[in-house]
Amino acid sequence: GEKKAGDKKAGESKPAEKKASQKKIREKTRKPKKHHASRNPVLARGIGRYSRSAMYARKAMYKRKYTAPETKIEKKKKEKPPATITKPVGGDKNGGSRVVKVRKMPRYYPTEDVPRKLLSHGKKPFSQHKRKLRASITPGTVLILLTGRHRGKRVVFLKQLATGLLLVTGPLVINRVPLRRAHQKFVIATSTKVDITGVRIPKHLTDAYFKKKRLRKPKHQEGEIFDTEKEKYEITEQRKSDQKAVDSQILARIKKVPQLRGYLRSTFSLSNGVYPHKLVF
Amino acid sequence: VFKRFVEIGRVAFVSFGPHAGKLVAIVDVIDQNRALVDGPCSGVRRQAMPFKCMQLTDFVLKFPHSARQKHVRVAWEKENINEKWAATRWAKKIEAREKKAKMTDFDRYKVMKAKKMRNRIIKHEMKKLQKQASKKGKKLQKAQK
Repeated sequence: GEKKAGDKKAGESKPAEKKASQKKIREKTRKPKKHHASRNPVLARGIGRYSRSAMYARKAMYKRKYTAPETKIEKKKKEKPPATITKPVGGDKNGGSRVVKVRKMPRYYPTEDVPRKLLSHGKKPFSQHKRKLRASITPGTVLILLTGRHRGKRVVFLKQLATGLLLVTGPLVINRVPLRRAHQKFVIATSTKVDITGVRIPKHLTDAYFKKKRLRKPKHQEGEIFDTEKEKYEITEQRKSDQKAVDSQILARIKKVPQLRGYLRSTFSLSNGVYPHKLVF
Repeated sequence: VFKRFVEIGRVAFVSFGPHAGKLVAIVDVIDQNRALVDGPCSGVRRQAMPFKCMQLTDFVLKFPHSARQKHVRVAWEKENINEKWAATRWAKKIEAREKKAKMTDFDRYKVMKAKKMRNRIIKHEMKKLQKQASKKGKKLQKAQK
């Protein structure tokens, strides 16, 4: 403890000069030890370069002595719950006492030692799948949408939702792309990033919020089936207010970067001589 | 017909191979296809290099054949080859090509806008001159009549 405090003081006064010894001490207390690769180079499969005794020396096993945990021997034997209990005999043969085991032997042994795994073993439902995100996509990245009605538009990435889809916004005033979900696979991540630190995205923007709503009212069996389904999508007031809340924060940051606004307004397209595999995005 | 010759001290640009893009000086000729080459100021160790991968530049250094690297370096720095090379059109073209390849999507947009603006200005001036020229022509015609 004292050593650490002393080191810290020295570190603070002279951050540039770090004595090797101080650094070593600090590093030892800080990092957990990394495991070394095999010290026995392979000559052929199954044959190492060094013998057992040589490896003993190379691995410094003479320094490493592991003892079994001695807690059971050192400490007084913990008060184990008693293995048996004596109970009074009731009923017909009243009086006297009998000895009863506290933990009884199992009354049933299954025919298989290791129970067989279900066919659905290891198959998780979609909600429990691992979501991956490409390293090139970080909050604030400008993405190029490739599919959907907004194809070719450049859009700002906000966050990844629980299902793995990307929450994305135009912003609306720039390119008419609202708060929307986009699929990671159908998107090109550019290296242009908008600084989005400190932008607060409302918590209620989840997948359920964006999911398409389908009316299911099978009351009418004939005739009016197609009329009842909502065909026209109407923009709710909540969506508008959410859009404003998020966009106002982002627009401020976009304005700081010169020409970024015009960039987001433009669309991406290929022309003669432009090959995506040769482009740096 | 030929202006650049393979000679001792000729500075060459390596066009392909592990040292692609670097400058080397020819120190000695080994045989018909190879030269002993050294680039102390460009990070190329003294080695044999085939002529095929070398492209001759306009620069020649003065040092005797098989001179030590130290002397090659001295001659190189005396002539300031690195700076002279960077000032040549050749090197500038290479740099421009590299920059173009590294352009990101945002950079391409900015270039597009800049080009557009530049062309507009040029066109504007052109149109002005054209108008002047046509006015002059009309004046002359009127005067002739």
